[in-house]
Amino acid sequence: MEQVEVLVIGGGPAGMMASLSAVKTGARVTLLEREARLGGQLIKQTHKFFGSYKEYAGVRGIEIVDKLTFLLKEQEEKGKIRILTEAELVLFYQEQTLGYTYKGSLRTLKAQKIIFTTGASERMLPFPGNDLPGVYAAGAIQTLMNVNGVLPGEKYLMVGAGNIGLIVSYQLLQAGASVLGVVEAMPRIGGYLVHASKIRRMGVPIYTSHTILEARGKDKVEEAVITVVDNKYKPITGTEKILKVDAISLAVGLNPLGELLEQRGIKFCFIPELGGFVPWHDENLKTSHPDVYVAGDLAGIEEATTAMLQGELAGLVVAKELRYGNLEEQDKINLITQRLKEFRAGPKSEKTREGQIKLKNG
Amino acid sequence: MSDDDVIICRCEDLTLKELRELLKRGYTSFDEIKRLSRAGMGPCQGKTCKQLILNEIKNYTHLEIDKIPIRPTVVRPPARPIIFKEILESENERNR
Repeated sequence: MEQVEVLVIGGGPAGMMASLSAVKTGARVTLLEREARLGGQLIKQTHKFFGSYKEYAGVRGIEIVDKLTFLLKEQEEKGKIRILTEAELVLFYQEQTLGYTYKGSLRTLKAQKIIFTTGASERMLPFPGNDLPGVYAAGAIQTLMNVNGVLPGEKYLMVGAGNIGLIVSYQLLQAGASVLGVVEAMPRIGGYLVHASKIRRMGVPIYTSHTILEARGKDKVEEAVITVVDNKYKPITGTEKILKVDAISLAVGLNPLGELLEQRGIKFCFIPELGGFVPWHDENLKTSHPDVYVAGDLAGIEEATTAMLQGELAGLVVAKELRYGNLEEQDKINLITQRLKEFRAGPKSEKTREGQIKLKNG
Repeated sequence: MSDDDVIICRCEDLTLKELRELLKRGYTSFDEIKRLSRAGMGPCQGKTCKQLILNEIKNYTHLEIDKIPIRPTVVRPPARPIIFKEILESENERNR
């Protein structure tokens, strides 16, 4: 069976950074990516990033992919990393034996250390008509629109005023669609105010303390019924409003995608602040299995910036455990840990901070 | 429209009405619901419905989500459906 030193699962922001930092420290890396190209969700991020300049603030997500891909290809040419695209991990057995599909066959390999950066999946909402054609997850619309050049509808209702809901609304407007409203069950907007202001200036109403009641239509979405909710998120009768839309976009949160770790019996904790069931991990991103690490949204829903920092950290720690690098690596680890702390210090990261405390308490 | 029009598991067509009937009959663990309704056994392997079903069990039993019996029987390999040809091909390669 094929033996590899460091296996990274997923070529998004966390996985690309994990591969790079492990390789730079001296380890040999194999990177598996399910899609045909690297980048994960970054390939559809046409907006500029916030945060720290070290983590590409002011750069568009898609451009970050180009930069990181260039650096990875450099290492690939030197023979230090093997990048397999359209390779999907499906099995995780005892003794770090893993199975993945690649070029039409199921292949197995054994890895000394594994970093999982499998990201997250989008949540669905239960409401009548939720399987009508025209009901999409917001991230799916973003992929259709920004990656494939397809606009799945003309008039949208956005459900959820977190950053994804706000950003996708803006990008729909950029693409020439109209957004008849954004509903948010919470009494306030969840995402950054700067994103909310942009769509408000363009005339999109944001209805806080509102939710979708049902989607109506014969063969596809023709209208959406929204309603005011009370402080227990229960609909208030008599406040219904009908919006004539042909598409409904759900931006109601993400679930960490940890099914492969579940196969292997790795410990999970239920922490709503981090997105639900997350693999337990320590400060260095090590899970309950000493050879398995996590980074990015799988380790708790956050942003691409923290995913990149976590990936960099996991790559360093893993390489160090394999006895690569020298004393300098500990300084680098401390520095990244510090930068993560700084990034999470803002008022919008309160949930993440609470989640991190719960994680520490197991 | 009613609970009958609310889809919980898209792969196996479980509606909210059917889920609530199972709960009323006393099936309040994810595993029992999966065995009786096939929810979570389709192509997406529960990525969409698991959270919705757990929320509904929580509403019915008032148990916190991490107290609802779910593991360890739920997640088995493979993570997504694979075709026999892929397995066969791997055998061929091993014998080559």
